[in-house]
Amino acid sequence: MMRSRQIKEILIRYVFFLLAFISIAILAMILFFLVREGVPVFDEVSVKNFFLGKYWYPTADPPDFGILPLILASLMVTGISAAISIPLGVMTAIYLAEIATPRVKEVAKPMVEMLASLPSVVIGFFGMVVVAPFLQDVFEIPTGLNLLNASLMLAFMSVPTITTISEDAIASVAPELKEASLALGATHWESIIRVIMPASLSGVSTGIILGMSRAIGETMVVLMVAGGAAMIPGSVFDPCRPMPASIAAEMAEAPFRSEHYYALFAIGLVLFIFTLMFNFIADYISHKHRQVGAATL
Amino acid sequence: MKKKTIGAILKTGVILALVVCFATVAWAEKLSIKGSTTVLPIAQKAAEEFMKIYPDINVSVSGGGSGNGIKAIIDGTTDIADSSRFIKQKEVAMSVENGVYPVPFAVARDCIVPVVHPSNHIDDLSLKQLRKIYQGKIRNWEAVGGPDLEIVVISRDTSSGTYEVWEDIVMEGARVYPGALLQASNGAVAQAVAKNKYAIGYIGLSYLNKELKALTVDGEAASIENAIAYPVSRELFMFTKGWPTGKTMKFINYVLHPNKGQKIVSEVGYVPLY
Repeated sequence: MMRSRQIKEILIRYVFFLLAFISIAILAMILFFLVREGVPVFDEVSVKNFFLGKYWYPTADPPDFGILPLILASLMVTGISAAISIPLGVMTAIYLAEIATPRVKEVAKPMVEMLASLPSVVIGFFGMVVVAPFLQDVFEIPTGLNLLNASLMLAFMSVPTITTISEDAIASVAPELKEASLALGATHWESIIRVIMPASLSGVSTGIILGMSRAIGETMVVLMVAGGAAMIPGSVFDPCRPMPASIAAEMAEAPFRSEHYYALFAIGLVLFIFTLMFNFIADYISHKHRQVGAATL
Repeated sequence: MKKKTIGAILKTGVILALVVCFATVAWAEKLSIKGSTTVLPIAQKAAEEFMKIYPDINVSVSGGGSGNGIKAIIDGTTDIADSSRFIKQKEVAMSVENGVYPVPFAVARDCIVPVVHPSNHIDDLSLKQLRKIYQGKIRNWEAVGGPDLEIVVISRDTSSGTYEVWEDIVMEGARVYPGALLQASNGAVAQAVAKNKYAIGYIGLSYLNKELKALTVDGEAASIENAIAYPVSRELFMFTKGWPTGKTMKFINYVLHPNKGQKIVSEVGYVPLY
């Protein structure tokens, strides 16, 4: 009897270990595959020309594999969308966690989370058919498929991530802190800004970084609304082509194991490194600023 | 009690039916077709009609692009590859290395048509004007006799078959300038041009619709009747692994038959060859 219980225990341990191991193994294999299929491009083009080259003509003869316009486009789209989504997302989170009445929160929170369940192709379609003509008319620009449009759509997509995680962080701040602050005569606003926000900083930052990493990796939306011009954008009204859009648009037709194919995998590798960095930053912040215990006696 | 028996009989019946279904699927011969989304409508429709005649052959059709289709021929994972371009030297070398000899069959002809917004009063552009527009040398419609508006150039992703034909015939090897917008499909180009009075794009003949104005090139209109004289046209291919035999041959024969497959070709908006 005792023995069978022990065996069961050991068995369960191994099963769980195996399951955890599988997901890590898959990640390792994907990384291996990316490196194996991406690195050969550097036989064809120097590392410097690949990262700093200004022209992306993968199928021309001779081809140009400069991904600087693509990297800059990705960074600019992500930066501008963050500038829109961070204030929007964090303020929504503060409102939901601190200000909204329970009844409002009950309705509003699921609605914000529902934004996250919108398929990206639907958001892309919205951007293409509704937002693009709108931008074109309002700003009198030649095309509405541009950096600004893509940033707006990506901001829509990262707001729910930022709001949900931030709201959880703000709501889980120990009530003692808030009560102490109010007891000391601080107003509600002062308590939010001086006490609650610093206490929930790690959670809020994690939310922001995860929201941004979602934006930089998003493919369908930028493919549909960013315009796709492989040039370094000069203004927010210029069309641009972020990295994921280039991969998605060209991969299907790139001849197997050609330089173009390798170059696209190398872009994938660059993209992977970007999102990995975002995740490391999120992890670092959430550990560094983790609040240990509530300051009560 | 009685209800139970009826239930049991029903259940057995359903299970039997399922088993029979699976069995027939398993026994039927399989023919897989993969590749260019341009050729897809032909392959799809031909496969449907083909299976009515040969119910024992199960044809599965998927897209994925010309490159992917030819890759599948090289790997041996498909029977027929659709392609909107001819096979490349490198791909031939790779398939021969794998012991596969790809055989091309031209199945249809497609015209690629420059399109503008219906409000644009331009009707005709020469190949040279088109080239200059796509090189970014002509930036305003006024230079080609149109309204005083900036030109928004819309192109396809550089590895699509449509782009390659455009590059070959219109650009003659010159590069499309980096400021050109990129769309990932014929449908997306049509959508973008229909929404933008500044725009010019190019699409396959079958994607023309009322919201777009097709231009004539060097005075030649793109149409099924005028396909030979029209300058920007290409052949569409199906590739097989070696000279086709058995089910593959039956399908290729069906597609090339003037009263069967070639009729489908014109039904879906391309130009029949036979």
